[in-house]
Amino acid sequence: MIEMKGVSKTYRVRRRDAGLGNAVRSFFSPEYTRVEALQDMSFSIPDGQIVGYIGPNGAGKSTTIKILCGILRPDCGTCTVGGLTPWEDRKRHVARLGVVFGQRSQLWWDVPVVDSFSLLKDIYRVENDLYQKNLVRLTELLDLGDLMKTPPRMLSLGQKMRCEIAAALLHSPDVLFLDEPTIGLDAVSKLKVREFILEENRNRGLTVLLTTHDMLDVEALCYRVLLIGKGKLLLDGDTAMVRSMAGENLSTEESVAALYQRFGI
Amino acid sequence: MKKYFSFFRMRLIAGLQYRTAALAGLSTQLVWGCMEILLYRAFWRECPERFPMGQEALSSYIWLQQALLTVFALWYWEQDLITSVRDGTIAYELTRPVNLYGMWMARTMAMRLSRAALRCWPILLISVLIPSPYGLRIRIGLPAFLLFLISLGLMLAVVCGFVLAVYALSFHLVDTNGFRVLSVAAADLLGGGVVPLPFLPEPLRTIASVSPFGSMQNVPLRIFGGDLAGIDAIRAVELQAVWAVTLIGLGILLTRSGIRKAEIAGG
Repeated sequence: MIEMKGVSKTYRVRRRDAGLGNAVRSFFSPEYTRVEALQDMSFSIPDGQIVGYIGPNGAGKSTTIKILCGILRPDCGTCTVGGLTPWEDRKRHVARLGVVFGQRSQLWWDVPVVDSFSLLKDIYRVENDLYQKNLVRLTELLDLGDLMKTPPRMLSLGQKMRCEIAAALLHSPDVLFLDEPTIGLDAVSKLKVREFILEENRNRGLTVLLTTHDMLDVEALCYRVLLIGKGKLLLDGDTAMVRSMAGENLSTEESVAALYQRFGI
Repeated sequence: MKKYFSFFRMRLIAGLQYRTAALAGLSTQLVWGCMEILLYRAFWRECPERFPMGQEALSSYIWLQQALLTVFALWYWEQDLITSVRDGTIAYELTRPVNLYGMWMARTMAMRLSRAALRCWPILLISVLIPSPYGLRIRIGLPAFLLFLISLGLMLAVVCGFVLAVYALSFHLVDTNGFRVLSVAAADLLGGGVVPLPFLPEPLRTIASVSPFGSMQNVPLRIFGGDLAGIDAIRAVELQAVWAVTLIGLGILLTRSGIRKAEIAGG
C-alpha cells in the first residue's frame, strides 16, 4: 500500500537573465525563484496494482518517485509505503523496494553484469537459494543469457536496460518504481520488458509505479493512470477513462495530448 | 560487514580487468625508483656527512614508496563517485540499504589495496635483489615491524579519510576540482612524495610532520627503513591515529549534512 497525503515540495532555483552584467549582479545578490514541484499531492495505491504515472516534462513525476524512495523529503504532508515513511526509515524501506531510473545505471560499467548482481545479492542480504532461483527466472524471462558475462560498457542500451531491471528485482522487492524504463528500447526489448513486468505482477503481486512518456507502455501495462501537471493530480482513472474524457476516436497518445491541452499544462 | 567486503572483492575483480595498465604502472615505478636512487647517489657522493638519512634507509624508503604508491597516491580519485554526486546517480546509492559513507570507505580502501596487491610484489622482489646500499633492505626487528604494520593501516585510514572528506565536500560545492589539485600538490610536498621529510628545511619539516599529509606515507616508510624509531616513531603513529579519527569524523559529518541538503534541495 502506497499512500501520499497532502504532499508538497518546493525547490529554490537561482535564475538570471543572460549576459555578463546580469551575471555580475547575480553574483552579488542572487535571485531565487520558488518552483512548486508538487502541490498538495494525495493518492493511494493498493498492493498489486500497476499504475502509470504520466504528465508532461517538469510535471513533478521524478519528484514524486524520489519522495517515495526516501531520497527527497517533502516540505509538508505524509507519505507511507507499506507502513513506513520513506525518508524517516530509509534503510528498512529501501530493502524491500526495487528502483530503475531509466537514465542512470546501477551496474558497474567495467565488470561483467553477473558480478554486479552478486554484489547486490550481498547488499540486500539475499539468501543463496532465493538468489539462484531469481537469477534463473530473470535470465530466462529477460533473455539475459550471455549478456550476464559481459561488462555493461559493451552492451547496447536495450540490453543494458534489461540487466538493470533484473538487478532491481534480484531481492524480490514488494514494490517496484520504474522511471522511464523503456526509453530508447527497440520494439523487441520493449515488448520483453512489458511482458516481464506483467508476469511479475501476476505471479507475485508486485506493485508497480511506472512513469513514462510512451503511452503504449501505459496501455499495455496499467490498470490505472494518474495524470499530473504542474505538481497537481489532475486525473485518476483507467486508460478507457482517459480516452473518453478526451473525445471519440483518438488513440491513447492523442487523448493524452488533448488532455494536456485541456488542463493547460 | 559482508556487504562491505563484497565491495572489496568487486574492486579486486575490476582491477584485474586491466592487465596493460598494471604492467605499465609496474614498469614506470621500477624505472622511477632507479632514477631516484641514482639521483640521491650523486648527492651522497658530493657530501655524505650532510645527508639527513642513511643511504640504505633512503633506498628502502624509495622502493617501498614505489611498491605501495597506489595505496597512498592522492592523485588517484574515483571519478565515478564525484560524478555520481554531481549528476545525481547518487540517488541510486541512496536507494540501497547501506550506509553511504561506509560503502564509499569500502570502495576506496578496496580500490587502493587491490591496485597495490597486484603491483607491489614484483617491485618488492626485484628491489630486494638489488645490491646494498641501493636495494630494499629488511633490517627491521619484530617490534618495529609490528609498529610498521600498524602505521601502514593507519596510513590507509588517513588517506581514505582525507579522500572521502573531499568526496563528501562535493555535496556542498559545485566543483571540487580546484581543491583536489591543491591538496595533491600539498600532499606531494608535505607528505614526503617529492623528497622524504628529513630533507626539508625547518620550519617546513615540522609543519609537514604535523599536517595530515605527514601522517600518510611518511610514517610507515621511515619506520621500515629504521630512520624513524623508538619514542619518535610511537609519537608519529599516535598522531596518525588522531588524524585518521579526525578526517573520518569530518567525512561522516560532511556526508550526513550533504545527504540532508540533497534531500531538501533535490538532486
